Amino acid sequence: MENIFVNAAGGIRNLLESAGLPGLAVDLIVLTVIFVAILVFVLLNVLWLVYMERKVSAFIQCRIGPNRVGPMGLFQTIADTVKLISKEIIIPKNTNKKLFLLAPVMIFMPPMAVFAVTPFGKGMVALDLNIGVYYFVALASLSTVIIWTAGWTSNNKYSLLGSMRVVAQMVSYEVPLLLSIVGVVLLTGTLNLTGIITSQQSVWFIFLQPLAFLIYLIAAVAETNRTPFDLVEGESEIITGPFTEYSGMGFAFFFLAEYANVLLVSMLASILFLGGWLAPFGLTFIPSWIWLLLKVYLMIFILMWLRWTYPRIRIDQMMAFCWKVLVPLAIVNIFVTGIGKYLYESVRW
Amino acid sequence: MKTQEMLLNVGPQHPSTHGVFRVVLTLDGETVVNATSVPGYLHRGIEKLVESRTYPQVLPYTDRLDYLAGILMNWGYVHAMEQLMEIEVPERAEYIRVIVGELQRIASHLVATGAYAGDVGGLTGFIYCFRDREDIMDMIEMVSGARLTPSYMRIGGVAGDLPDGFLEKCQKFIDYLPTAIEEYNGLITGNEIFQHRTKKVAPITAEKAINMSLSGPILRASGVNYDLRKARPYSIYDRFEFDVPLGSNGDCFDRFYLRILEMTQSARIIRQALAKLPEGPINAKVPKIIKPPAGEVYAETESSKGIMGVYVVSDGSTKPYRVHFRRPSFVNMGHFDELIRGWKIADVIAILGSFDIVLGEVDC
Repeated sequence: MENIFVNAAGGIRNLLESAGLPGLAVDLIVLTVIFVAILVFVLLNVLWLVYMERKVSAFIQCRIGPNRVGPMGLFQTIADTVKLISKEIIIPKNTNKKLFLLAPVMIFMPPMAVFAVTPFGKGMVALDLNIGVYYFVALASLSTVIIWTAGWTSNNKYSLLGSMRVVAQMVSYEVPLLLSIVGVVLLTGTLNLTGIITSQQSVWFIFLQPLAFLIYLIAAVAETNRTPFDLVEGESEIITGPFTEYSGMGFAFFFLAEYANVLLVSMLASILFLGGWLAPFGLTFIPSWIWLLLKVYLMIFILMWLRWTYPRIRIDQMMAFCWKVLVPLAIVNIFVTGIGKYLYESVRW
Repeated sequence: MKTQEMLLNVGPQHPSTHGVFRVVLTLDGETVVNATSVPGYLHRGIEKLVESRTYPQVLPYTDRLDYLAGILMNWGYVHAMEQLMEIEVPERAEYIRVIVGELQRIASHLVATGAYAGDVGGLTGFIYCFRDREDIMDMIEMVSGARLTPSYMRIGGVAGDLPDGFLEKCQKFIDYLPTAIEEYNGLITGNEIFQHRTKKVAPITAEKAINMSLSGPILRASGVNYDLRKARPYSIYDRFEFDVPLGSNGDCFDRFYLRILEMTQSARIIRQALAKLPEGPINAKVPKIIKPPAGEVYAETESSKGIMGVYVVSDGSTKPYRVHFRRPSFVNMGHFDELIRGWKIADVIAILGSFDIVLGEVDC
């Protein structure tokens, strides 16, 4: 069980090599297979997350949730997706057609690209990038541009307001997100995600960096545009913000990409603070990738819990909270971490 | 940097204008520079329509004013008619009116509370309030057969006696209500973000509130102690012990929280009325064909949104010569344009929600 995926990848590689293919072609095919596997993993998770969100929200709101399509309504998301595919794609007048249609296609790109470097289990990483943390931060902020494009090209004032908000929000929250990760990087001395996990062997970083974890959690909620930071969509104020003019699959892509982002930030939270695929209490008989999934879903549940409990914050309050509270706290955290590490290493205190 | 003001048309189709209300905002970024509200999308001409109906036939139209508090609207009309015809309403009918009316007030405030939670982004509070409102809807259905448009009052009494099981159900609900209110306070009122969103937002001074002729919870949130049930008791409200909750700042939070406090007071009134409910007839002796003497009357009652005034002019025939409704939501909205200037878009929704308007009532 533990090495089922690693062995499968190795098996394919051996098979191809024994067939006498040149090394480059083998690499290419194996990588393609791995990326398709990641794609399938992410899409399946996204479909499941839509269902899970509806069930969790129903549980919180004393409702039942979807229960008609399939056992316990499991196929509800599939039914919804099929419906959305069959809908007409309406393109508003006076818009930049190409950009308008390109935005929903591009929106899946940033989370998908980051999944290439995240370890899914022991030895299960497609690209063991040495600058994994940088790569994540750099790519995650790209979705700002895409959502902004969607809002700008929609030629709708609500979309425009949403786009202005997305830029303001994402730019502000990238900063504390990055600074909160710096604490972890200081402790490990590596930007490699696998390296960060293995250095949590003795203690998870949530215990060494509780403040950084909280800041990361808040910034992650803002990053994924969910309540209390769902200003970008802000349903009761600006309809659905940048996505107002999108119909059918265009809308569905934005909707599903939100869950891909939720999966991504939860995965990063598990990797950076919850020990990734490391088993707690020496329970190593459960495979590492199951441990990672468990931690990811714990994080996702917390995010959903927050979403269905809190109201929405106002835009100026959100900016003030970010720049006046989160950023200073994150900087203090970095200093404290640095001093602590210095004391630990030099004085053995 | 050159900036430009933007005209944003909010409504009539918008998720949180509580119906088909429209307001045209001039925006500087997110800040409202100017606002013009445009009501009238739900105008049905009720005041004109009822001129060609007989007096009892007017009653169902009043349900359609504030459809979240149909019984209180009925009450306003029958109260005016009873004054015009000088009818003495039997004791039991008055008690039933108070019980059902206060239940309806709680239901209306529950909608206001829940919808307000939804307006500031917390959808869960909305569902919690509607869950409990459902019990009241059931009770109103028990007495009248309809949920939103009960038409339960009659000129001189009520349509029917309380059905079996109503009193127990009502008692049970009153006993349960404090638990529910505690839940709302935990989920909505006590939330830090909610308080940030509503406290010190769009305060109305007591003086301004009086000058703008505001009434109901909005007026009392500004600290003006004026509740018709206390100030000028109609029906049998002088027999009950209850307080008039008052706000101090007149901001969105006070307007919101006052409704929760009023629910508790309404429950207090119902509890007393249930204990004292007398036996007897439920209808006064009213002629089959209602022909009030020529003349006019203006009577006011305290609905859940404010002072509901009904003006009836009779020419001695079976049909009213003219009926005018003073709808509290409409009068309260008069201050809206001025109030939202300088606040953010998100605040506009929060302020509109704190006014608790019902478009059926605004447009009539």
